[in-house]
Amino acid sequence: MNEGFCGWCGKPGAEGDHATCRQRLSSIDPPRYCTSCARRMVVQITPSGWTARCSRHGTFRPGVSGPAAGAPPDPAKAGPAGDPTLSLA
Amino acid sequence: MTAAAERTAVEQGAEDILAVARAQVLERGEGLTEQQVLAVLRLSDDRLTELLQLAHEVRMRWCGPEVEVEGIVSVKTGGCPEDCHFCSQSGRFPTPVRAAWLDIPGLVEAAKQTAATGATEFCIVAAVRGPDKRLLSQVKAGIEAIRAAGLDINIACSLGMLTQQQVDELVAMGVHRYNHNLETARSHFPQVVTTHSWEERWDTLRMVREAGMEVCCGGIIGMGESIEQRAEFAVQLAELGPHEVPMNFLIPQPGTPYEDYPVVAGSEALKTVAAFRLAMPRTMLRFAGGRELTLGDLGAEQGMLGGINAIIVGNYLTNLGRPAEQDLRMLDDLRMPIKALNETL
Repeated sequence: MNEGFCGWCGKPGAEGDHATCRQRLSSIDPPRYCTSCARRMVVQITPSGWTARCSRHGTFRPGVSGPAAGAPPDPAKAGPAGDPTLSLA
Repeated sequence: MTAAAERTAVEQGAEDILAVARAQVLERGEGLTEQQVLAVLRLSDDRLTELLQLAHEVRMRWCGPEVEVEGIVSVKTGGCPEDCHFCSQSGRFPTPVRAAWLDIPGLVEAAKQTAATGATEFCIVAAVRGPDKRLLSQVKAGIEAIRAAGLDINIACSLGMLTQQQVDELVAMGVHRYNHNLETARSHFPQVVTTHSWEERWDTLRMVREAGMEVCCGGIIGMGESIEQRAEFAVQLAELGPHEVPMNFLIPQPGTPYEDYPVVAGSEALKTVAAFRLAMPRTMLRFAGGRELTLGDLGAEQGMLGGINAIIVGNYLTNLGRPAEQDLRMLDDLRMPIKALNETL
C-alpha cells in the first residue's frame, strides 16, 4: 500500500479497522484528509463533483474509481499496491 | 361522522387512522392533527405499504405527478459560529471540515451543473449565523454572473437568520425562495442548538414570507427526538405553511455531538415521510440529505411513491449524493415528470 493515511479518518491506513471509512468514502463522503500526510484538506463539493486541496500535496479530484477516493485498501480484497482513485489535478 | 368526531375517535384509538386519513386528507385536503400524525407514526411496519400508498394518493390528488428537481451548493463552508449539534460545519466541534469559500466562477459552474440535470432550482447555501456584507455581495455577484451566463433557473438562498434589510436585499436580487430550516420540534430544539432559538428562526421565516419570497423550511429526522416530537414538528411545519419542506435524515458526522447517533431505520424514515405528507397534503416535500444512507436505492423509490414530490439531485453541502443521472432515471422509470420552469406545484 502506498497510501499512508486514511482519507476519511486521517489515521494510518495500516493501523486499525477502516471498514466504516471505506463504506463512507464509497457512498457519501469525499476524503477529508490527505492520504500522503494526513493534513486536513480544504474540500469543495459541487453538484456533480468535488475537489480536495492539501496545502502540501496539491488538489485531488475523484478518480476513475469514483468517490471511494482516499480509502485504504480493504485487506480482504488486497490487489496490486496503490490506490489509483485519487488523481492530482 | 363529523370531522371533529373523526379526530376524537382516532385520538381515543376507536377508529383506524388510515381510514380517517383517507376521508380527511385525501378527500377533503385537511392535514392530520398532531395526535393523528402520532397515530400514523405508531403504525406497525406491516401497515407501511398501505400507509405509503395512501400518502402517494394524497400527493397525486393535491400536488400532482410532477417532481421539482433542485441542486445545491455551499458558497461558504465551515467555520460557523453556531453549535447545531448535527452539523460538521460548526466551528465549535472538532470535525474534519475546513473553511472554504466558493468563488464566482465556481458558483456559475455549479449552477451550470445543476441546470444540466433539468433542475429548475439552484440553492446557494452558506454556513453562517446570518449573512454579513461580504457574503451578501458575494451572493449578489454570483446571481448576476449566473444570469449573465444565460442560465434559466430559479435561484434560492439559505444564508441563516436575516434582518428585514437583508430580506429586502435578497428580494431585490431576485431570490425567489429562501431556505431556513426549523430543524426539529420546538420542544426538542434546545437539545440540538443552544446558540440561537427556534423562535429566532421562526422570525426570519415570517419576514421572508411577508416579503413575498417562497418559504422553504424543513428539518432533520433522527436527532434524538421522540416520535411524539416528530408529530409535533410535522404540525408546527403545517402551521407555518411553507411552500417546500426538505426532509433530511441524520448523517452522523465525525466530530459532532451526534457522531455516534444511529442512522434512522428505513421503515421509520418512510413512515415519517408519509406522516408528513398526511400532515401537509399540499406542500412540496423534498428528499434531501441522508436518504442515501438511510434508505438506499430501493427506499428512495418507495419514498417517491410514498408522498415525496421533490428531490435534491447530485451532491449536498458536505456529503455526496447519488449521481444526478441515477435519480433522473428513477423518476423516468416511475413515470414522474420533472417540473418545468415557471410552473408552480
